[in-house]
Amino acid sequence: MPDFSLITQYGDRFWDGTLITLKLVFLSSVLGLMIALPLALARSSNKRRFWIPAYSYIYFFRGTPLLIQLFILYYGLGQFPVITDSFLWPVLGDAEWCGLIGLTLNTAAYTAEILRGGIRAIPRGEVEAAKAFGMSWAMLQRRIILPRALRIAWPAYGNEVVLLLKGSALVSTITVWDLMGETRSVFSRTYALEIFLYAAIIYFLLTFILTRIFNQIEKRINRYLVCY
Amino acid sequence: MFEYLSYGDAGFGDELLAGSLLTLELALVSLAVGIFLGLITAAAKLSHHRVYRTVAHLYTEVVRGIPEMLVVLVVFFGASVLIQTVATWFDYNDYIEVNAFVAGVFALGLVFGAFSSEVFRGAFLAVPKGQLEAATACGMTSWQVFHRVRLPQMWRFAIPGLGNLWMVLLKDTSLISIIALDELLRWSKVAAETTKQPFTFYLAAAAIYLVLTILSDLIRNYFEVKANRGIAPHA
Repeated sequence: MPDFSLITQYGDRFWDGTLITLKLVFLSSVLGLMIALPLALARSSNKRRFWIPAYSYIYFFRGTPLLIQLFILYYGLGQFPVITDSFLWPVLGDAEWCGLIGLTLNTAAYTAEILRGGIRAIPRGEVEAAKAFGMSWAMLQRRIILPRALRIAWPAYGNEVVLLLKGSALVSTITVWDLMGETRSVFSRTYALEIFLYAAIIYFLLTFILTRIFNQIEKRINRYLVCY
Repeated sequence: MFEYLSYGDAGFGDELLAGSLLTLELALVSLAVGIFLGLITAAAKLSHHRVYRTVAHLYTEVVRGIPEMLVVLVVFFGASVLIQTVATWFDYNDYIEVNAFVAGVFALGLVFGAFSSEVFRGAFLAVPKGQLEAATACGMTSWQVFHRVRLPQMWRFAIPGLGNLWMVLLKDTSLISIIALDELLRWSKVAAETTKQPFTFYLAAAAIYLVLTILSDLIRNYFEVKANRGIAPHA
């Protein structure tokens, strides 16, 4: 029989954890998108000095577990006195900052790959038409390529943000008090399995709401398409 | 820096190798369990019985909506509470430890099954209907149609999706270090703490994972080319 007194007793901690999770997901998805845009352009370039670094970055972050990336950032960097003695340490020595940086760098790699798919899917005629109008490279990117790529890639990007939300639970391993961190701490104190059930319900609701929001935005940004 | 990674008593090279092998083993066994679960779930989703369909969709939606890490913790602690409860019915009150490998396989298999069921369902439906009708017209029984026409072609449609899920699964094995299975990341952690060289060892673990990913990529390409031989490439 579930013991509902646990909710009244630990409700605050779940709430605080949920807020931290939401904050991390929101900030890292926005910052990640900002890094992903130039990264996707570099990856789509046919100049070697652009696509090779972008490709390596994407391959590293997509080819290794997020958990290890977080460990390298939070535990690994402390190995070097150059970093611990520098002005960067207040940031890099802090768990929440490391969580944010790790999630951002990780999601940037996945998002860049999604955007690249969007860029490749833009009908050639549109790009040619823009060039025929005499648009410069920068204007072409700003007016045609990026807005179009983002629209095409939007559903896939929504999936990535859901994955980011689920992946954000990993920051609890580097002592961040996100929803998962609070859950594990409350569980280790009570050993009541329903704690996990409550956490599952909250995560499930968050992913559900997030999916809804993305679907709404998708309808809005693509409403000019006739067949939509 | 490199002496820590050497093989033998001085370095942690042999421990990391053992951990990598366990990681690979964990991933492969979970893959088998996950494919099995995925096929059953896909069959249930395509079934005429409403109950089967509902249960299958519920399972998929729930697993897809919660973090993998939570699945791992629920399976591990859930199993240990369950076993403990059953044991007390038989007047056995000592602490029983759940095998982390088995719990890990179960958790990762559960996640893989939920995602792969969609891949299998899509692949099942992607085989052109005309071919199935033609096979029936040739006088094949429904089983013959399935294993001669549908099954071989399902494979072709399923490979890209399964390949992606395998990559996710491979990286998710690192989560099992949380329940103290001595896989790659767990050994890296032990080594990092003993030698005070966390950067070296976590980077080494990342490099090993990268090698596994690159190998997986090559194998997937091989299968993809093989499965698509005889199919005209897209114009």
